[in-house]
Amino acid sequence: MKRTEKYVITLALAVSGIFGVAGTAYGMHIMEGFLPVRHCIAWGLACLPFLAAGFFSIRRTVEAHRKTLLILAMAGAYAFVLSALKIPSVTGSSSHPTGTGLGAILFGPSAMSIIGAIVLLFQAVLLAHGGLTTLGANTFSMAVAGPLVAWGVYRLGEILGWNRRVSIFLAACLGNLVTYCVTSFQLGLAYPSEVGGVWASVVKFLMVFAVTQIPLAVIEGLVTVVVIMGLESYAKPELRELGYHRAEAAAE
Amino acid sequence: MSEKKKTGIILLLICVVIAVFPLAWVRDSEFGGADGAAEELIAKINPEYEAWASPVVEPPGGETESLLFCLQAALGAGVLGYGFGVLRERHRQEERA
Repeated sequence: MKRTEKYVITLALAVSGIFGVAGTAYGMHIMEGFLPVRHCIAWGLACLPFLAAGFFSIRRTVEAHRKTLLILAMAGAYAFVLSALKIPSVTGSSSHPTGTGLGAILFGPSAMSIIGAIVLLFQAVLLAHGGLTTLGANTFSMAVAGPLVAWGVYRLGEILGWNRRVSIFLAACLGNLVTYCVTSFQLGLAYPSEVGGVWASVVKFLMVFAVTQIPLAVIEGLVTVVVIMGLESYAKPELRELGYHRAEAAAE
Repeated sequence: MSEKKKTGIILLLICVVIAVFPLAWVRDSEFGGADGAAEELIAKINPEYEAWASPVVEPPGGETESLLFCLQAALGAGVLGYGFGVLRERHRQEERA
């Protein structure tokens, strides 16, 4: 990491830390106008360091790994497709996958924060899905927390030597699920119940979001495995450049 | 058919089953969005809360909204398909060489 990059990320981290913690304390997509102003700002600030890191990560990909740009575009396109598909679930309501797991596995979590934010912006402006005021909160859940967990689970699988397809499945699946758990938590914070407070509300929102999401998380996991299998067949040089075969390389 | 292709097709079929199953299983539901359900829940927890902002541009109706969602999926699918096409053709050229 270059020195200026480190500097900017640290600065953003400090800003988000100071305002995020001190400012709020209370603090699939959350609808426009449905979060108190202070929450909106706090979640937005919390995203800043990740967006800054993502900007540098993507710039580095563009400069140093031009070859992998097509794969990056494909990971972004994948998120576009999946987050447009509203799929019915067993709870009798619909929701959509996030599609951020694929990019997080290949490019790391920070690159996905930018791509996820773009998807959310598109949906907020054109589709009235999510919202501009809640963009920060939604970015945090879908473009920061989800990819972070997906990447973490995948790396864990690598370290523990799980079957690669199982790791990919779990990574994409859990990344998707965590997105909606974070959303539930954000709403719970904003709407504490009279009895039981924040956590009672969080559980209620989890019943709405997370339960609906479980089958969709499984679907996202499976589709992501299929897409990566396709890339393994046709894009070996790019995957090598991205360090995708890290585990094998270390074993050799 | 290669082992890999078979696995891929089986996995995608499982996805279809998971997506279709609720349609047959859950009766009397319109499968509205989970965010709408959350909106109702908010109204229950805090009946006085009023949304303080409204979407800048709201699609005039369900049809236009589905058009835009469709467009989003089409854009993504186009890029994804193009990418796979390029990669596959390159792979073939390399094998021939």
